[in-house]
Amino acid sequence: MSLRPHDERMVMPTPFAPRVAALCQTNDWYTWAGYTTPNTFEEVGLEYFAMRNATGVFDLSPMTKYRITGPDSEAFLNRVMVRDVRKIKPGRVGYTVWCTDEGMVHDDGTIFHLADGDYRLCAQERCMDWLHWSTLGFDVDIADETADIAALAVQGPTSCATLRNMGLSGIENLKPFGIATFPFNGAELLVSRTGYTGDLGYELWIDAGQALPLWDALFAAGRELLIRPVGSEALGIARIEAGFIMAGEDFVPAEQVVRHGRARSPFELGLDWLVDFHKGPFTGRNALLKEQREGSRYRFVILDIEGNKPANHSFILDKHGRTIGHVTSAAWCPTAKSNIALASMNMPWGRDDDEMYAEIYYNRELAWTRLLSRCRVRRDPVFDPPRRRATPAQNL
Amino acid sequence: MTDALNKGSYDTIIIGAGHNGLVCAAYLAKAGRKVLVLEAASQPGGAAATREFHPGFRISSGAHLLTQLNPGIARELGLASHGLAYAARDLKTVALAEDGAHLVIDGASVSGVSASDAAAYGRFHTQNKRFGKVLDGFFSRRQPTLVDRSWDDAFSLLKLGWSLRRLGKDDMQDLMRVGLINIYDVANEHFDSELLKAAVAMDGVLGSHMGPRSPNTVYGYLHRHIGDAWGNTGPALVRGGMGALGQAFAAAARGFGAEIRCDSKVALVEMQGCRATGVTLESGETLLADTIISNADPKTTFEKLVGHPSLDAGFSRRVHNFRSRGVSAKLHLALDALPEFTGLDGALAGERLLLAPTMDHIERAFNHAKYGEYSQAPVMEVSIPTVHDDSLAPAGKHVLSAIVQFAPYALGQGWDTGKQAFKQLALDQLEQYAPGIGQQLLASELSTPVDLEREFGMTGGHWHHGEIALDQALLMRPMPGAHQYSTPIPGLFLCGAGSHPGGGIMGLAGRNAAEAVIKHQSNGKERAA
Ligand SMILES: Cc1cc2nc3c(=O)[nH]c(=O)nc-3n(C[C@H](O)[C@H](O)[C@H](O)COP(=O)(O)OP(=O)(O)OC[C@H]3O[C@@H](n4cnc5c(N)ncnc54)[C@H](O)[C@@H]3O)c2cc1C
Repeated sequence: MSLRPHDERMVMPTPFAPRVAALCQTNDWYTWAGYTTPNTFEEVGLEYFAMRNATGVFDLSPMTKYRITGPDSEAFLNRVMVRDVRKIKPGRVGYTVWCTDEGMVHDDGTIFHLADGDYRLCAQERCMDWLHWSTLGFDVDIADETADIAALAVQGPTSCATLRNMGLSGIENLKPFGIATFPFNGAELLVSRTGYTGDLGYELWIDAGQALPLWDALFAAGRELLIRPVGSEALGIARIEAGFIMAGEDFVPAEQVVRHGRARSPFELGLDWLVDFHKGPFTGRNALLKEQREGSRYRFVILDIEGNKPANHSFILDKHGRTIGHVTSAAWCPTAKSNIALASMNMPWGRDDDEMYAEIYYNRELAWTRLLSRCRVRRDPVFDPPRRRATPAQNL
Repeated sequence: MTDALNKGSYDTIIIGAGHNGLVCAAYLAKAGRKVLVLEAASQPGGAAATREFHPGFRISSGAHLLTQLNPGIARELGLASHGLAYAARDLKTVALAEDGAHLVIDGASVSGVSASDAAAYGRFHTQNKRFGKVLDGFFSRRQPTLVDRSWDDAFSLLKLGWSLRRLGKDDMQDLMRVGLINIYDVANEHFDSELLKAAVAMDGVLGSHMGPRSPNTVYGYLHRHIGDAWGNTGPALVRGGMGALGQAFAAAARGFGAEIRCDSKVALVEMQGCRATGVTLESGETLLADTIISNADPKTTFEKLVGHPSLDAGFSRRVHNFRSRGVSAKLHLALDALPEFTGLDGALAGERLLLAPTMDHIERAFNHAKYGEYSQAPVMEVSIPTVHDDSLAPAGKHVLSAIVQFAPYALGQGWDTGKQAFKQLALDQLEQYAPGIGQQLLASELSTPVDLEREFGMTGGHWHHGEIALDQALLMRPMPGAHQYSTPIPGLFLCGAGSHPGGGIMGLAGRNAAEAVIKHQSNGKERAA
């Protein structure tokens, strides 16, 4: 295997770095999968509301991208993933997780079925070793495209209109989880109607060399529609509002777990709907069947918490004050005006009618307050507008 | 052609009629199962085989000396009544010296060495016999697991702990210590005679990709000497060659009602809903049964018959990494007369003969194997069974069988070109100890590990179907995810040398597997009830 750019340099700039750095007034950065990424550009509230009321643009380039091709690519992915990959038709995207033999989640991600026998897997974490080990017995090629492909998430109610302004005619007819391609500046622009915000939104994928022209065209097209770059903090609120889990926050990727028992299964992350026991063998099947038979250790829940103090890192207590779970991520969600937490409950806790309290600590000028806020299990995410699914898409 | 009509005629299919498959079949049939054994070769027995390799000359073409046959199994299956007869028992081991100053090991005693070496050997032998008794307790049951809680396993571990305690503090410490070092260091601790050390070291490396200085060689030694704990003082020769033992196992299995079909190579394990439900033969015929047990080695079973795609990725990687590349070749000679070894009393020519002058010599021979080359001066274990058994060659003529090391399966230059040259090196080696043997040669044949793989269907031509190093032995055999004879595929079990306690004509893997399958089925019934 040849060296990839990220093998040669510890932390890489993304292909959009010149534009992103120029706009990042807070100079507030972190490292995501080996790339410099902004936490914020200006102010998290502004960025969040741009995403919810107009269009927010997030530089997605650090997302790990594997191109999977070859005669057995479908069978290979079907063996790696817990869901039935055969049901993701060409031109479609599917959300998925993959597991260890023990049925513990490595990571979640999306599979892009680009053409017959041609897939792209997008993931938060790197997993080339695992994918490679999984190729035994399959005729399949895996190439790491992370550095070759620049990607932007374009999310929010005016995102469709922005892309139309940019010349992507007919984009409004793209269905959720659909893929379309457009010519751009002599290259091919791939657009998927996907995102991490639970709203109308798109992800744009293009050859890294075309990154800056794409950025410029996009921001020119969106100026009137109040387009704004967003950092990971604003995106973090949006994804909690939409009820999406995140690797490293809501679960520890199984390969990174050091202490026995700290990983989570798909059932323990509320992803039962993904697991398909009828499709044939896949890694983790035996273990997951056993879990289904014998019961899970944890239950994933979305909690609606009284008050407006975010419940980050809170224990969840029963009415006697005993710990019955803990929060994995939390935010005050401005659009839904709700105090939401994603939590991992010890079984059997987290049932609809359980009486539960979040133990919240907050500090105002060195004065600590401890709150016990009642919480209720939500069956659905708080943010789920109809325009998320409507096709043709809202075209403001 | 799918023959679904057979459903119901067998409840158990065993893939492979090696001696372990046959033992497993016998015990299951005895317990009332309807067992069908499918064997690729034209006769049952696996590497317990006798073959004519030159008109009128027959030889044990796989295993040649019987050191580890479990006496309980021989008794329970009535092997004697099914035709097993010994041409010789408790053979001595003669470590040959080029100058004729041989030494002779007979059980606990050794002649041809200093009094202090002889005494040391006595102590060494007795201690190893005690260690063998500990291993016996462990070998004769399915191995326990450390993670799943089961009373049975807890009991096995308790028993093991108890048998270790009973060794006493000094022995226990010694076992823990030597178990992790190598036979080279251990032999040096005990003995002065280079020849004696080399003879001991040979027992640690025969059949394994290991030199005397390799870790795990003490375990290899103890494994080979498990027969001492069962009352043998040396190896035995089966009358009619090892194939006669294979036939006796087959007759015993048939006697209990098992059916054996030869020339029936299994191509695939059939699966339905991720469960093993039958097998498809190379002929295309499909046979169904509730329980499928594989006597084929783990790599064949998982990589060829099941296939990686049906396994969890982590497990299939362990299968892929399972070490099973053989290093032992077999040399078969048809001889006009009994060869004369320099300085050897003719009466000893039928004993077990070792050609390995020093431990360093063995280590150097092994060095080549590490780099994909054959040894320039190979070491050998030689047997001339015709001294005791006139059924194998015309009157007055002889056959010689030798295990020749080191002949790596993955020879860099390939065995097509390497075979002749390596055979000549082996013959040259013999000539040095038995001058004139070349003149007595009527025919010769060398089976490389690649040939052995082809003849017996064992991956890599490996003696144990996979190295018996500590990471692939005992609790770990063959690999995490497949132990206690079960596999990740429901309905599919293992019963061959690749499973606990490993290879050699022993029978324990087959018997333990039968017990594990019966236990598994009764647990299943309890759960269903
Ligand atoms: C060179 C060499 C020398 C040895 N010398 C000795 C010795 O002197 N003494 C000793 O005790 N041990 C010796 N061994 C070890 C001993 O031969 C083996 O450990 C023993 O034969 C293993 O027995 P088994 O029944 O588990 O498997 P095997 O004897 O290997 O039998 C497995 C059977 O399965 C069959 N099979 C495999 N795949 C299929 C399929 N797809 N369909 C149908 N059938 C199939 C094979 O044809 C074979 O008959 C030696 C081994 C080697 C390689």
